[in-house]
This record gives sequence, structure tokens and C-alpha cells, in this order.
Amino acid sequence: MDVMPKWAEVVLVPLISLLLAAVISALVILAIGEDPVAAVKLMITGALGSTYGWGYTLYYATNFIFTGLAVAIAFHARLFNIGGEGQAMLGGLGVAIACLFIPWPHWSLALIGAAVMAGLLGAAWAAVPAWLQAKRGSHIVITTIMFNFIAAALLNYVLVNLLRPKGQMDPATARFPEATNLPTLHDILAPFGIAFSKAAPANVSFVVAIAACFVLWLLIWRTRLGYEIRAYGHSESAAKYAGISPVKITMITMIISGALAGMMAINNVMGEAERLVLNSTEGAGFIGIAVALMGRSHPVGVFLAAILFGFLYQGGAELALWTSIPRELIIVIQALVILFTGALDNMVRMPLEKIFLAVRRARAPKPERKPVESAE
Amino acid sequence: MDYATLIQLLDSTVRLATPLLLACLAGLFSERAGIFDIGLEGKMLAAAFFSAAVASLSGSVWIGLLAGIGASVALSALHGIASITFRGNQLISGVAINFLAAGMTVLIAQDWFKQGGRTPSLMGGARFEGITLPFADAIADVPIIGPLYSELISGHSILVYMALAAVPLTWWVLYRTRFGLRLRAVGENPAAVDTAGVSVIGLRFAAVGICGVLCGIAGAYLSTALQAGFVKDMSAGRGFIALAALIFAKWRPWYALWATLLFGLFGALETRPDVIEAVIGMKVQGQLLGALPYVMTVIILAGFVGKAIPPRAGGEPYVKER
Repeated sequence: MDVMPKWAEVVLVPLISLLLAAVISALVILAIGEDPVAAVKLMITGALGSTYGWGYTLYYATNFIFTGLAVAIAFHARLFNIGGEGQAMLGGLGVAIACLFIPWPHWSLALIGAAVMAGLLGAAWAAVPAWLQAKRGSHIVITTIMFNFIAAALLNYVLVNLLRPKGQMDPATARFPEATNLPTLHDILAPFGIAFSKAAPANVSFVVAIAACFVLWLLIWRTRLGYEIRAYGHSESAAKYAGISPVKITMITMIISGALAGMMAINNVMGEAERLVLNSTEGAGFIGIAVALMGRSHPVGVFLAAILFGFLYQGGAELALWTSIPRELIIVIQALVILFTGALDNMVRMPLEKIFLAVRRARAPKPERKPVESAE
Repeated sequence: MDYATLIQLLDSTVRLATPLLLACLAGLFSERAGIFDIGLEGKMLAAAFFSAAVASLSGSVWIGLLAGIGASVALSALHGIASITFRGNQLISGVAINFLAAGMTVLIAQDWFKQGGRTPSLMGGARFEGITLPFADAIADVPIIGPLYSELISGHSILVYMALAAVPLTWWVLYRTRFGLRLRAVGENPAAVDTAGVSVIGLRFAAVGICGVLCGIAGAYLSTALQAGFVKDMSAGRGFIALAALIFAKWRPWYALWATLLFGLFGALETRPDVIEAVIGMKVQGQLLGALPYVMTVIILAGFVGKAIPPRAGGEPYVKER
């Protein structure tokens, strides 16, 4: 099967897909009468030119790492979790409950407590569709979409009727107590003599996100469970013959996925807003799909893709501020990335495979070499 | 609740159910041919924008409708190329189309009209007005039947009647024509259709094309009949409710009508909390009512109330045997 060498699979295909998305984005910018080169320059200075820009880029990236990992682990079991958005909303509810009702003595304990609560609620919200898929055969994509809407309605209800302080107009919880406020990158880096913007929202959750990447890598490629998840994803029937329970793998994978999506809330709810507001997730659950696709469901790829999308988000905000290009340009770019790296993957892959085949035939008329071990 | 309120409620039910019905039938064609389509939402949104924009520029709502259908069919073609020609993941393609429409509509609206991602308000010939059916005024004063006919049945825009007519038409096409038989077969067992010498790819593209046309009408209805102009994200999840209705209807045209009318009724009730309170004697939160279609769909999907069995080859790209 392996027509292409591994480097082409891992680097070349995503790069070409990304290039296609970038070219079309540039054409879109041209079509609305702006200069794409100037736009990219503005995005780079806005997102990476100052520690303030970096602070926002990394803040967004933290959200996307969590949701990207959530989608990625589900992809390994060939499950498509579109419900990251709803799971992250429930995670926000978990953080709010943990921060508002438990008197934490120190932020580090609060972070652990809030992460556990966020993970639990996110996991619960993913567990129901998983159970329905595993036991009742209902399609997980449809049920997770439905659960996104149900989550939005539930949060609306909870914020308006239960968690809103008396006399407050907007549907949001009270501010979290001081002790639960997470240190920002400014606070973390200051002891090392590194000056980092005080205003930017990037916080200690970024470190947690990196840790999550590493743990997930260990889980997928270094544990028996990870092996079972991948085996199930490659071939359900083969996994069954090997004694792997589809119900168990579906449930566990989706629970991990939901917990990761839910844990995003320690960044946006606990780290940035410091209270739970309506629509706190701002579509990050969906960006996780683009991030996981671009990162080829590998934690390192997810990390890099999340940084790229963090850059796009912050850069896009700067564009909207200084030019007539609306913020929605990022949604278009996101759509193009999903389209080219996900749906039109074969469009890039097929011609490349042909080229590699032709080159190999021309170079080596000998019998086939041993195929390269595939790790995807 | 008095009779006049009931008529009002049912009237808004019909108006809210129309876009759902059109999108639901659109999804029905696509999914019956084995192509999952979660991009209904995006296609509706794109059609809503282009029909409002072109209607506002040209002053003719019919040209607007055509533009809306064109935009929706273009996205359908993209979905077809991704999922049929290149055998990509149909779900991912649908997700991409939803985002593409959400972003592009605002981008183009801002570029053309500079009104913060909306189109100017449509007036006169740039909008679908309600049609007064014959004798509606004459019998309006007759008790019971009068209001029923003149307010509930008469007075909708032409697209509402087109949507209602699309139900028997869809049934006829699917169950009484050769094309329909093949279309259903290609969603269940494409290999059998291929063996019979009929093009799987051609049939699937045709189904996706019909889906595009119907979604286009649904979108045009949103911005030129239900409301007067396009606003950002105006499809507001209707594409997904239509998807829910499709499952609720078990992929059948007549059931689709009842399912969308039911979900339309929920939508109508959401705006009239006083009516709910009067009927069941307690307050129901609007947000919870809004979630009801989704909850019901999950319950149906779970198979607790009758089993919804999707077309067997749905979601699978067809690879011809060599």
C-alpha cells in the first residue's frame, strides 16, 4: 500500500494541502480588493511581532490543542467526534462549579480540581453518544451534533436561571474567587527575567496542554490501550478477532476525547474570562476538527496545527481591526483547510502517488523493495 | 387558548416548517442515494445570502431565487467532487461546506454592501409576498372555516406551496419512477446498480444536484420570504434541525412533512410562551423547548421509539471493482 515514502506522507501531503488552502485564501483576499501580501505581513506582526501578540496566539492555540487532541484520538478509533463544542461547553460548566462552590486555598489545587470537573462533565457529554453508538447503533456524528445543540440550550438555561447572580442582567456566572485565578505567562516567565506582556491571556493552561500532548502520545503509541484503539480504527473485524471489544474501545476513546475537549475550559473559562459566559467556546470545538486533520491525528502535528490556527485567529483579529477584511476570513481559511486536508485529501494524494510510483519504476526495475513500515 | 390564537400558531408553524421541509427533502434525496449531507446548513445559508443579494441588486426576487439555487448547487457540486469523485469523507466535506458558507457569505456581504455582513432590506418585487388564494376574502367571515382558509391556508408566499407540493412529488419520483428506484438502490447497494449497467457516479451526482436545488429554495425562502434580507448566520441551525427531521422521518417523504411540521410547531411555540402556559398550566423555558427536536432525534436514533434505519450504503464511497 505504501506508495509514498513516510516523509512525503507526513510532510509533503499536508504541506501541499495547506498551500492550496493558502492560495485560495489569497485569491479571496484579492477578490475583496485587499492586498494578500500586506495582509500576511500584518498578521505576522500582529500575532507574532510582540509578546502581546504571542500571548493571544498561544492562548488560542491552547484551546485548539485540547479540542484538536480530542478529535484526533477519536479519529484513531475511526470515530468522528463533532461534539467537541458541546463537550467544551459542559467542561466550562464543570470549571464554573468547581471554582464557585469549592473554597480553594491555592490556584494549583483549584486548577487540578477544575480540570477534573471539566474533564468529567466533558467525558459524560461524550459518553452518551458513545454508548448510543456502541450499544444502539446510532450514528455518532449525528448524535454528537445533536448534543452540541442540547449543550447550548442547557448552558443557556443554567446561566439564565441557576448560576446568574441576583440583579445581574447578562447571562453569566459571578466572577470566580481570586484564589482560582491562574497565573499568566507573564507571571510564570517574570522570575526568569523574561518580560512577557501582562495583558495577554495566555496562561499556565498552555503548559497543561503541552503535557496533554505528551500523555496522549504515550497513550496512543506506547500502551496496550492505544494499540487496541488503533487496531480498532484500522479494522473493526480484525480487532474483534483479536479479542478487542468494540463497545469498550468506543466508550473509552470517546470518554478520553470528551474529557480533553472539556478540559479546554481551564484555559478559556478559568484562565481568561474568570467566569462562565454564554458561548464561551466560540467555535473552538469545531476548529479542533481542522487542527486534527492538519496534524494527521498525531500529537506533535496537532500541536503545530494548533499554533498555526492560534496565529490565524490572532492575525485575523488584527486584520479586522486595521483593514476592511472581516474576521470571518478565518472561518473561510478554516473551511479550506478542512476541505483540502480532510475531504479532498485524495485529490492531493492520487497525483503524488502516481509521481512517486513513476519515479520508483524509473529508478529501480528490480523486484519490489520491502515496504516501509506504516505508522500513519 | 381561543380559535384565533390556534390559527395564528398553526400559521407560524407552517411558515417555520417550510425551510425545514425543503432542506429535509433535499437531505432525503442525497442520503437515499448514499451521500450523507451535513452541509445542508451551509447550502441554505449561501442560498439565503445570494438570493437576497441578487434580489436586492436586480430588484427581482425570481432572479434572486435563481442565484440562490445556483450558489447552493455550486456547493453541492463541491460536495459531490469531494465525496464522489475523490471518495473523500462525506462528513468532513459537509463540515467544510458549512464553514465555507458561514465565512464567505459575511465576507462577500461586507464587500458588496458594507453593512456589517448583511444585505439591504428587501422591498416590493425583491421579496416573495403572500399570495391570497381565490375567495379568501369572500369567506373570511364564515365562522371556523373562514379564518382557517383565509389565514392558515391562504396568504403564504409561493415557496410555501412549492414546498408542500414537493412532498408528493418527491414521493412520486422516489417510488414511482425508474430514476427513483435506481436512486434508492444506489443508496442501499451500489454494486448491484453498477452490475446492472447504471452509472453509480451519475446517479449520485444527480441526487446531490437535486439536493442543491431544494436547499437553494429553502435558503431563498429564509431571506426573501420569511425575512426581508440576509443577516449573518441566519440559517441558525435549521440545516441541522432538518437533518434531525430526516432521521425522525426515517428517510421517507410524507413522514418528512409531519416531522418538519412538528419541529415547526416547536419553533412557533418558542415565541409564544403565553400559549404554552395557558395550555399545560406551567411555565416552560424557551431554551428547553428549542432543544426538544434534538432530544427527540437522539431518542429516535437510540431506537427506543421505533428504529430509524439509514440507507445501508450511506457514507461509503463507491469503488468500482476491477
